[in-house]
Amino acid sequence: MQIIATRPKTLTDLNFTYCPGCLHGVAHRLIAEAIDELGMRNQMMGVAPVGCSVFAYKFFNIDMQEAAHGRAPALATGMKRARPDMHVFTYQGDGDLAAIGTAEIVHAANRGEHITVFFVNNAIYGMTGGQMAPTTLPNMKTTTSPYGRDVDDIGYPIRVCELLDSLVAPYFIERVSLLSPAEIMKAKKTVLKALQYNKEERGFTFVEFVSTCPTNWGLDALESRNWARENMLPFFNVKNYRDKGKEA
Amino acid sequence: MSEKVLMKGNEAVAEAAIRAGCRLYFAYPITPQSELIEYMARMMPKVKGTFVQAESEIAAINMVYGASGCGKRVMTSSSSPGIALKQEGISYMAGANLPGVIVNVQRGGPGLGDIQPAQGDYFQATRGGGNGDYYTPVLAPSTVQEFADMASLAFDLADKYRNPVLILADGLLGQMMEPVEFQPYKTEEELKVLDNQHLDWCCCPNEDEPNHHHHEINSLEIDPVVLEQHVLKLGRKYEEITRNEQRWEDYDVNADNEILVVAFGTASRICKSAVDDLNAAGHNIGLVRPITLWPYPYDAVAKAVGPKVKKVIVFELNLGQMVQDVKLAVNGKVPVEFMGKVGGILFTPEEVLTKIRENL
Ligand SMILES: Cc1ncc(C[n+]2csc(CCOP(=O)(O)OP(=O)(O)O)c2C)c(N)n1
Ligand code: SF4
Ligand SMILES: [Mg+2]
Repeated sequence: MQIIATRPKTLTDLNFTYCPGCLHGVAHRLIAEAIDELGMRNQMMGVAPVGCSVFAYKFFNIDMQEAAHGRAPALATGMKRARPDMHVFTYQGDGDLAAIGTAEIVHAANRGEHITVFFVNNAIYGMTGGQMAPTTLPNMKTTTSPYGRDVDDIGYPIRVCELLDSLVAPYFIERVSLLSPAEIMKAKKTVLKALQYNKEERGFTFVEFVSTCPTNWGLDALESRNWARENMLPFFNVKNYRDKGKEA
Repeated sequence: MSEKVLMKGNEAVAEAAIRAGCRLYFAYPITPQSELIEYMARMMPKVKGTFVQAESEIAAINMVYGASGCGKRVMTSSSSPGIALKQEGISYMAGANLPGVIVNVQRGGPGLGDIQPAQGDYFQATRGGGNGDYYTPVLAPSTVQEFADMASLAFDLADKYRNPVLILADGLLGQMMEPVEFQPYKTEEELKVLDNQHLDWCCCPNEDEPNHHHHEINSLEIDPVVLEQHVLKLGRKYEEITRNEQRWEDYDVNADNEILVVAFGTASRICKSAVDDLNAAGHNIGLVRPITLWPYPYDAVAKAVGPKVKKVIVFELNLGQMVQDVKLAVNGKVPVEFMGKVGGILFTPEEVLTKIRENL
């Protein structure tokens, strides 16, 4: 028998607790594969958020810390400063990173902390049952925007890559999507690049995944990807915003 | 031991923390503790330590969480409104069994209050302060020397019990200058021992299987049966701390005391001078000064109520917070009186003296 595909060593044996068709698991796998491939596993630590991916600290088979809601970049700052010879990543949802944790992400990026932030944007609060997120699209219905997001009342969704791109310090900022196998393969390259830069201590690296929440969107796996393609991608452009490695 | 130097409390506790092996410090400026953050900003680079001025007290305490989860001695400091913001992180640290030292140089409250010394955070400090069932040891200094000495005690307790430890000072102790004698700096060897003491659970360099570790720093237990066991275990830790770590000072306490005074921190300094005056004039007043506010020295206070004590009088710079613990300790044996000052105003020794005299 020949093994052609196996679980990355950076993932534990636990089964993911995500809903069918959810892309959190895909994002986990890309990150774990990249850590393995770059030989970073024994120097890597991670921070899990509060959100559907709260159990990321169980799923990644490395030393992990579980943060309070939104505080992952502050934890990562403390971790990196405490163990400068090791590497740190955070994994955060859109409510976690772009609402309650806005100060922490902006300032960690602004300090140019040598960490990698993986940001999973599904335009909704998944874990708490589908409330409006800072990334919820205009007119999109959620349990707390039952008549659709009224931008005159509550403002427009926040584009985090664009926001961080206004800062001088960040080294690498890119938005990718996970909506098809081809896009996932491309996203993998971006994850590898961000973590390679992390390994080389280049500075702050940020990868946003345009993702889905089939459960709270009320759609199945395929429909949710189509919905994201039609509605999210026009607003959240998939592109590289910053690559100081390329500029150099 | 080195020579005595004249120093502000805020600077003395910072220097003492560095000498105790603290090489990571995260904080946000606030009066009346700013000399502490400024001292750390100056000194940490000189000892190859880390100083980060955080974007908020919330971020600072969460940086402390992260560094502590990596097994290192780490500290933050603030004053009352900032300490309120840190409660989230302190609760998470308690839940995750993380050591760490937090200094509160208290000022008047509630809300923005003022920037004068006060003791209004007693309840917050001694009853957990954040969400959930937890306690943190609370050390209350009354001199600059004691403030400094408490840095190394706080780190030792934090490491021993894997729990955050609070030093509860106030604006007077932070700002006033007194002579201090410091412990020597930890040697490289001692620092190495400290650095390696938590490797069995913290985030640290890893290896391939079979020695690969997957340490989880975490306060989440979604299964109530597991959380129950976790909290019960925390409870046993708090019981152990309560048994082992009560500290207090008996001042002129004896079997012939007519009145017993109970006060902590800055309030106890003022009370002591009133007690001195009264005892010099032939009265017999005893004073108990709780040094650990949690665990509270209930037995020590109870024991200090001698057979001739008519009244226990509690002096605090608040509306009456520790007095509740004194009442628990005295348990109705004699009446417990209270005198407080609020708004960042101190009582004078004469006011204390008058209050005691009224009860003689
Ligand atoms: C301080 C605090 N406030 C609120 C919550 C409740 N809460 C848990 S997860 C969550 C939203 C998570 O949404 P997101 O970050 O987008 O992650 P997702 O579940 O969508 O992956 C909220 C509000 C909490 N745990 N802590
Ligand atoms: S609720 Fe949404 S984001 Fe959460 S696991 Fe289910 S599909 Fe994924
Ligand atoms: Mg979300």
